[in-house]
Amino acid sequence: MKEPKPRRNALSDGQGRLAAILLSPTMVVLVVIVGIPLLLSLREAFFGIQEQVNPQTGRIARYEYFAGLENFTRIFSNPQNVIGNYGAIDRVVNAFLNTTFFTIICIAIETVLGVAMALVMSKAFRGRAFVRAGILIPWAIPTIVSAMMWNLIFNEAGVMNRLLDQHILWTADGPPLFWAVVIADVWKTAPFIGLLTLAGLQTIPAEVYEAAKVDGASAWQSFTRITLPMVKPALVVAVLFRTLDTMRMFDLPAGLGGFGKYSAETLSMLSFMEAREGRYGPAAAYSIILFLFIVLVSFLFVKFLGADVINDEEVSAIRAQRKRQRSLHRKSPNRKVRTTVTSGDMP
Amino acid sequence: MSADTTTATEVSTLARPRRSAKEWIARIALIIGMAAIVAYCVLPFYWMLVSSLRLPSMGRSTDFLPIPMSVENFSAVFAAQNNFGRALLNSVIVSTTTTILTLVLGILGSYALARLRFVFKGIVLAIIISTSMFPGVTLLIPLLKMFTGRYNWFPWSWMNTYQALILPSLSFALPLCVWNLTAFFRQLPVELEQAAMVDGCTPGQAFRKVILPLAAPGVFTTAIITFIAVWNEYLIALTFGQKTEMNTAAVAISKFTGVTGYDTPYGTIMAAGVIVTVPLVIVVLIFQRRIVAGLTAGGVK
Repeated sequence: MKEPKPRRNALSDGQGRLAAILLSPTMVVLVVIVGIPLLLSLREAFFGIQEQVNPQTGRIARYEYFAGLENFTRIFSNPQNVIGNYGAIDRVVNAFLNTTFFTIICIAIETVLGVAMALVMSKAFRGRAFVRAGILIPWAIPTIVSAMMWNLIFNEAGVMNRLLDQHILWTADGPPLFWAVVIADVWKTAPFIGLLTLAGLQTIPAEVYEAAKVDGASAWQSFTRITLPMVKPALVVAVLFRTLDTMRMFDLPAGLGGFGKYSAETLSMLSFMEAREGRYGPAAAYSIILFLFIVLVSFLFVKFLGADVINDEEVSAIRAQRKRQRSLHRKSPNRKVRTTVTSGDMP
Repeated sequence: MSADTTTATEVSTLARPRRSAKEWIARIALIIGMAAIVAYCVLPFYWMLVSSLRLPSMGRSTDFLPIPMSVENFSAVFAAQNNFGRALLNSVIVSTTTTILTLVLGILGSYALARLRFVFKGIVLAIIISTSMFPGVTLLIPLLKMFTGRYNWFPWSWMNTYQALILPSLSFALPLCVWNLTAFFRQLPVELEQAAMVDGCTPGQAFRKVILPLAAPGVFTTAIITFIAVWNEYLIALTFGQKTEMNTAAVAISKFTGVTGYDTPYGTIMAAGVIVTVPLVIVVLIFQRRIVAGLTAGGVK
């Protein structure tokens, strides 16, 4: 009998082939729909378009040329100044700042409001289903519809001005538009964060709170020392996804204010408008800036807030085991470690 | 009856917890808090509903009740110039096709992710989750260039076709679907398949005959969540469905103009918004328990 080949990885257990068969359709689709366009977008970012008279036909034709970093450096070398919320600065920088501030402000308010909502709901015994039904309404409304809805509410003759007894031009280009977008975004997504946080809260056993109470902890102490740390894993992941969603915000400012209003123009909108004009180079360059920004923020979330996005027991077990091995190696480099997850070394 | 036995009425008064003033305040605060949450979530939606039920000439009225009530806005939605019936049909076609495609692909993939052991699982999971984080516009730029025939190697013009609306939608629908389904499959005890295999099922049969029927609620929930995500999608539909007859409902609403073209027909827009939203809201309310379970298990979107 032939000796079985030693497995490279004890984890595979011979299921790798079945997994490959089952996963390949998904992965192929993702490569075609996401991978290839991403690479093409990277390529586009380094190309520009020149209009020249074609000597044969005598017509003006568009030629593509390799532009290097021109699409990126133009922001500094040849700024197109616009006036949004930050004085006269380049349009791309303006859009970048809008994106950043939308994200920071919206996420901060949404997190606080969402956690507050979750705390209220977790205390309730009766009527929880009713509140949950209400909370799902903002989530179910299409963003573009909610944008049109807020456009009516924020109309200069609309109900918001009537309630505030003001005549603020919310939907005109200016700081009020920025805040209108913030309010509309918070309305749509704070309940959602509340919903996910509530799920985290419900996993905390009541005994922990009782023990804290017996030990004389105040309500605030048990909130900061028990509730927050225990709900953190669920909350961090929810906030991460919301952050990335806000960074690519498009529908809401587009529907609420319309295109071309600099006080609420995001990078997604700017990139979309450039692409629609056929200026693929700059459009791709701005979208790559947004892409890198998103990658950076997700990295920071995973690195510093410990967002366990993947949330798979096996994967985290392998990761923990590698960590242990590495630290063992550091202690005694000659010692051979022979533990695998499958040999029962689960944490 | 001797005096030291407790009567039934005494038992019931003792069993009823006596509430101190502090507890009453907490209770009332809780009720106010709950009411505030519901009001916060529902009032803007109520405003949309009320505005859609006004007379078309009273579009921007700030009365809290629609007096006189009218459904004229709803018939105006379907006026010929808006092409809204076609837009609804387009939305149904795109959302249904995308949901079915993602489910077929996603059920296979997520079963492997939830159950099988293989080398690159961490990497595959990371790839799937990161694709759902990409900014949509990054992917759309080359696709727009591709579908308008600017690349020599892609000679087809796909602008204003269903495939141009459906295929890019897979980029966010598929990760969402796989992620949710993986969470659902993980919740099913692995002993079920082991028992089936002990009884002589092949892994494939164990999946088809044991796991799939049990996962049906999860698959159904994922289908609803995916459908809603695609139904609500705007950027892709706006980019690739530019012709009026290829607009989806979301795009059509954002393009509504009045008969004169100058004044925004708020009543009509709100009525269209209600038409697009109310079916979703009803479905969500019926299946709220499951949808919440799905959203929290998947943790995405």
